[in-house]
Amino acid sequence: MCLGRRLLNYTMAIFWLRVALALYGVGLLYALVALTRTSDLFNRVALHAAYLGMMFHLVSLTEGVLLTGHVTMAMVHNSESLLAFLIMAVFMITYLMYQTTSPGIIVFPIVFLLTFMAATRQQPFLLMSPGMRTSWLIAHISLIFTGYAALVLSFCASLLYLIQQHSLKTKRASGILSRLPALEDIDQIGYRSLLIGFPFMTLGLVAGSVVAESTYGRVDFQDPKILLSLLMWAVYLVMVYTRWIAGWRGRKAAVLASVAFAAAVVAWAANYFSTIHRFASS
Amino acid sequence: MRFQLIGVNHNTAPVEVRERLSIPESRLPEACKRLTEHPGIEEGMILSTCNRVEILANTKNGAPADLRGFLQNYFHLDAAELERHLYEYTEQDAVRHLFRVAASLDSMVVGEPQILGQVKEAYATARAVGAVRAQLDQLVTRAFAVAKRVRTETAVGSSSVSIASVAVDLAKKIFGNLAGKQVYLVGAGKMSELAARHLMAHGCASIFVANRTYDRAVSLAYKFKGQAIHFEDLHHTCDRADIVITSTGAPHAIFRREHGEIFLARRRNRPMFFIDIAVPRDVDPAMNKLDGIFVYDIDDLQQAVASHVADRRKEAERAEAIVTVEVERFQARIQTLDVVPTIVSLQDHLETIRQAEIDRVRGRLGRMTPDQEMAVEALTRGIVNKIMHTPISTLKSAARDPEATTVIDLVRRLFNLQEKGVAKAGDSGESN
Repeated sequence: MCLGRRLLNYTMAIFWLRVALALYGVGLLYALVALTRTSDLFNRVALHAAYLGMMFHLVSLTEGVLLTGHVTMAMVHNSESLLAFLIMAVFMITYLMYQTTSPGIIVFPIVFLLTFMAATRQQPFLLMSPGMRTSWLIAHISLIFTGYAALVLSFCASLLYLIQQHSLKTKRASGILSRLPALEDIDQIGYRSLLIGFPFMTLGLVAGSVVAESTYGRVDFQDPKILLSLLMWAVYLVMVYTRWIAGWRGRKAAVLASVAFAAAVVAWAANYFSTIHRFASS
Repeated sequence: MRFQLIGVNHNTAPVEVRERLSIPESRLPEACKRLTEHPGIEEGMILSTCNRVEILANTKNGAPADLRGFLQNYFHLDAAELERHLYEYTEQDAVRHLFRVAASLDSMVVGEPQILGQVKEAYATARAVGAVRAQLDQLVTRAFAVAKRVRTETAVGSSSVSIASVAVDLAKKIFGNLAGKQVYLVGAGKMSELAARHLMAHGCASIFVANRTYDRAVSLAYKFKGQAIHFEDLHHTCDRADIVITSTGAPHAIFRREHGEIFLARRRNRPMFFIDIAVPRDVDPAMNKLDGIFVYDIDDLQQAVASHVADRRKEAERAEAIVTVEVERFQARIQTLDVVPTIVSLQDHLETIRQAEIDRVRGRLGRMTPDQEMAVEALTRGIVNKIMHTPISTLKSAARDPEATTVIDLVRRLFNLQEKGVAKAGDSGESN
């Protein structure tokens, strides 16, 4: 494929992503407005915008794959975009199961931010190390990202749980609060996404260590990203355990979820400090 | 003038007056028939509930009818005495009033849902005896649509205004689906029984009853098909319940924070909802500080009821705005139902054609004698009148039909008659 053609495709992929970004922007607006007042109509508009946004997003991701000719490269190259898409997918599944858009209050800003990062960055094409075991790498990335997406939702749910619990305790329920799902439903959303996310995250880390072993001969525990990921996994484990054994929910669970989420964000940002995961610089 | 409405409601008449004017369901069909037989009335409908009695009529030829006279005849009442309590609306005020009644904006408890069903019954009764056929049918079915719109677009009927239903709402906010949830009734009392009954109606599974006198607990448990529990076992068994309703006469709190901690530990932190109806309170307010326990006392519930009432008032304002828009739309639409403009424009249309043809012939034949003029005039007029006869009589009879608009539309299209602004406004009203 000649360079000009490639560049054109690349521009198209970015273009579709920006269309998706604009549509997610409607969702973001919804999230901001929903805090002050409620509107059924806007709710529906935001939902449809999100559907459309996901379609364009998928087009953009597919073009990314066609462009690089490698699933792995496309995944690494569009990591923020891919993660945003997975989070949206998890959000939609939640909507279909529970008929609630409340997690959107937190999901939309996160997705918007990730898509924004992906859509505005001009990244050079990167080259893979020739010896990498690509199938393991694909497994590593997709498992970890699904885990991330589930974790984001679980984090949303724990915040919503706190909000709902607070409104029930202070005995004031109006505006957006009156639209939040029932406390036990929020709890279930959080717990289920935790239970689904944890195995994904675990397997993703295992796959990652296989890749590291085969590429570098060892796993570099001094690497900040690997360290943070392990920390996140440990918090994840504690969350599952305390919930399983003692039924921790509410404030304690929300604290754990926030720590795990913070670790996840820092681990993500560590891409820029990690020697192994520094994709952008090559 | 077309629509006319007369009536009394809870605001204008005390119950002594309302009960004298009320018409029992069994006599309603006959009353509707008599209403249509009353002079000047084309169609009629009677709405008789415990809070209102209203007579709605579509009058003949748009002339006002003596609905007061009907009331006096029907009930053999003194006119002057009745007059003080009556309200009367005509045309768009009558339309507005009906829309407001159907949307439950004129109800004693604004937003209560029963009234729409009552209007529907009154409509069905009047329709069954043929008292509602054409325009009134359009009006009343429109009122149902407006009521539905108000219900979906505003929250006027959504908030609960009784303590029992507020308790159910709160339980749903905590547990979502109430199916399978356990209720524990501690102490007996009318209000707690009512709350329990409401919760059961919303799917709560089984019930435990504890009371200081065990016999009372047994009889209450029997009533709810539940399980009676000795009062001293209360704290050992309470963690099995998701919802606890307390209403004992105990002078001190029977549930304290430490009990709550034990319950939570045993329940592995699954939430618990305490509804405390007792005064003095049965549940220590400190319980509410525990993660996962929600305590509402009688004041909290009453406050929720009060704020819901206020919410309803706010929503009612939005509903009124909807009604205003709908009244305008309906007025615009009902004007298209009027066949007269169509008949006139049909006549105008054919007359224009006739004149044009005569002028054309004149141009070709040159000057005609007065006899010839008269013959041509008579001939053309005769043809036009014969052609117009069927469409016009069809239009006139269609005016009584609910399908009048279809016929009017058809005639207008067949003869390519110009649409009027009125018709356009009506169309847009219909599409919504």
